[in-house]
Amino acid sequence: MTAAPEELYEVELQVNGVQRTASVPARRLLSDFLRHDLGLTGTHVGCEHGVCGACTVIVDGRPMRSCLMLAVSARGHEITTVEGLGTPGDMHPVQQAFRECHGLQCGFCTPGFLTTVAAFIEENPSPTEEDAREAVSGNLCRCTGYQNIVKATVRAAEIARERRA
Amino acid sequence: MKPSPFAYSAPESLDELLRVLADVGSDGKVLAGGQSLLPILNMRLAAPSHIVDINRLPGLAFVQVDESGVRVGALARHADVERDDEAHRVLPLLRQALRLVAHPVIRNRGTTVGSLAHADPAGEMTAVLALTGGTVELARLGSTRTVGAADFFLAPLESAVQAGELAVSAFFPAFPSRTGTAFVEVARRHGDYAMCGVAAAVTLDADGAVVAARTAYVSVGPTPTVVDLTETVTGRPAATADWGPAAELARASVEPESDIHASADYRSHLTGVLTERALRAAAGAAA
Ligand SMILES: Cc1cc2nc3c(=O)[nH]c(=O)nc-3n(C[C@H](O)[C@H](O)[C@H](O)COP(=O)(O)OP(=O)(O)OC[C@H]3O[C@@H](n4cnc5c(N)ncnc54)[C@H](O)[C@@H]3O)c2cc1C
Ligand code: FES
Ligand code: FES
Repeated sequence: MTAAPEELYEVELQVNGVQRTASVPARRLLSDFLRHDLGLTGTHVGCEHGVCGACTVIVDGRPMRSCLMLAVSARGHEITTVEGLGTPGDMHPVQQAFRECHGLQCGFCTPGFLTTVAAFIEENPSPTEEDAREAVSGNLCRCTGYQNIVKATVRAAEIARERRA
Repeated sequence: MKPSPFAYSAPESLDELLRVLADVGSDGKVLAGGQSLLPILNMRLAAPSHIVDINRLPGLAFVQVDESGVRVGALARHADVERDDEAHRVLPLLRQALRLVAHPVIRNRGTTVGSLAHADPAGEMTAVLALTGGTVELARLGSTRTVGAADFFLAPLESAVQAGELAVSAFFPAFPSRTGTAFVEVARRHGDYAMCGVAAAVTLDADGAVVAARTAYVSVGPTPTVVDLTETVTGRPAATADWGPAAELARASVEPESDIHASADYRSHLTGVLTERALRAAAGAAA
């Protein structure tokens, strides 16, 4: 017996300011949609059950787990992935801060931290170290030991303030 | 892992949604924030044949506050409730508990009503509904009903929500005046599910003596246990009260089980220690 082909759903959404469309089965996770259907492999996938945070993207301004969202549910929404934060020549404050503070080693967890922290410093432009720890508490890093990530988070807010000044 | 295939609908009106839920019956599963359902689907612990996504329903993302309490719609995210200053003013226990629910990013998507429907015995909001004596509004095609907290949590991961039903909103009543609250828990890591969690409400009279003391627990029983501890502390001035007997009574009132995270003995120990801590904090907040 051959299984009937899965029904496809047209998913149209905005990713990093660009309108994108693809036809996918309902069970396609947003993380896989970004990586496989749109070719945006900056979003990483670690655990697929919400624990590691590597897949975090910004949905309508708020960071969310892309592995815990169906692509069909994201229809019509605005997504920002790590690719949308900045470029090597024009880094987002968060990217600059992670580089300056050595907030990464292997880089696997980094896209999730960058998106989480980018949204966080919008909401809290002058975080304390404690605020920074709370903000990144849902992201796992197996390399750095977190100290430099916390520093980078505080520094990112500082860079953003400097740039606004 | 990835979910197994399912049919999908995302109705844009409540009427249409209730019709779909009635059609699909027990083959259907409501998708709200997905912060519990998606892990279950990804790990293939469940394979419902039809997912009914409620995220396109209009008008259900509300947090309504008046002096009698806080009503939360099915699409209000944990973060919406947590950030609502009016809700915090009327019922501080909501924010006290929500800060302990997972991590900020999970709270951006997960819904408060969804966590009640999910009825995880470790879910902080189940204890908040139980301690406040709140209610959940359920709707099915052609009828609605209201279920009180005491009848809502049936067993681990089993709430009163039946196939074909949608939990439309939950109501958390405010406490009487001069009541202070606290939520304390111990988890392996901040943001993890607690090994024991205690919600406490202590009411004082005008002279600062205890009139009522009640607690509700997560992770030490199949459903959120509410314990009335008033008899152990009634009439004592809150400032100098001995909460020890209350902690003893609390320990005697729960029957925790062992799992990989903590033994039953340890959970029972935590019940005592955290009860005292929560009552003292709640009494401090009432004064
Ligand atoms: C890493 C991680 C850590 C977490 N830690 C905690 C924690 O410490 N404490 C805690 O309480 N929670 C925790 N959660 C769970 C989180 O709070 C969920 O958001 C919540 O349990 C379920 O809400 P949801 O909207 O995501 O529901 P969903 O995942 O969409 O649904 C969960 C279940 O409830 C049903 N359901 C949902 N809404 C309705 C409705 N309106 N009507 C009828 N049925 C409905 C669904 O059919 C499903 O069976 C954690 C989650 C993750 C991923
Ligand atoms: S891959 Fe999404 S949280 Fe780990
Ligand atoms: S830098 Fe390697 S996991 Fe974080």
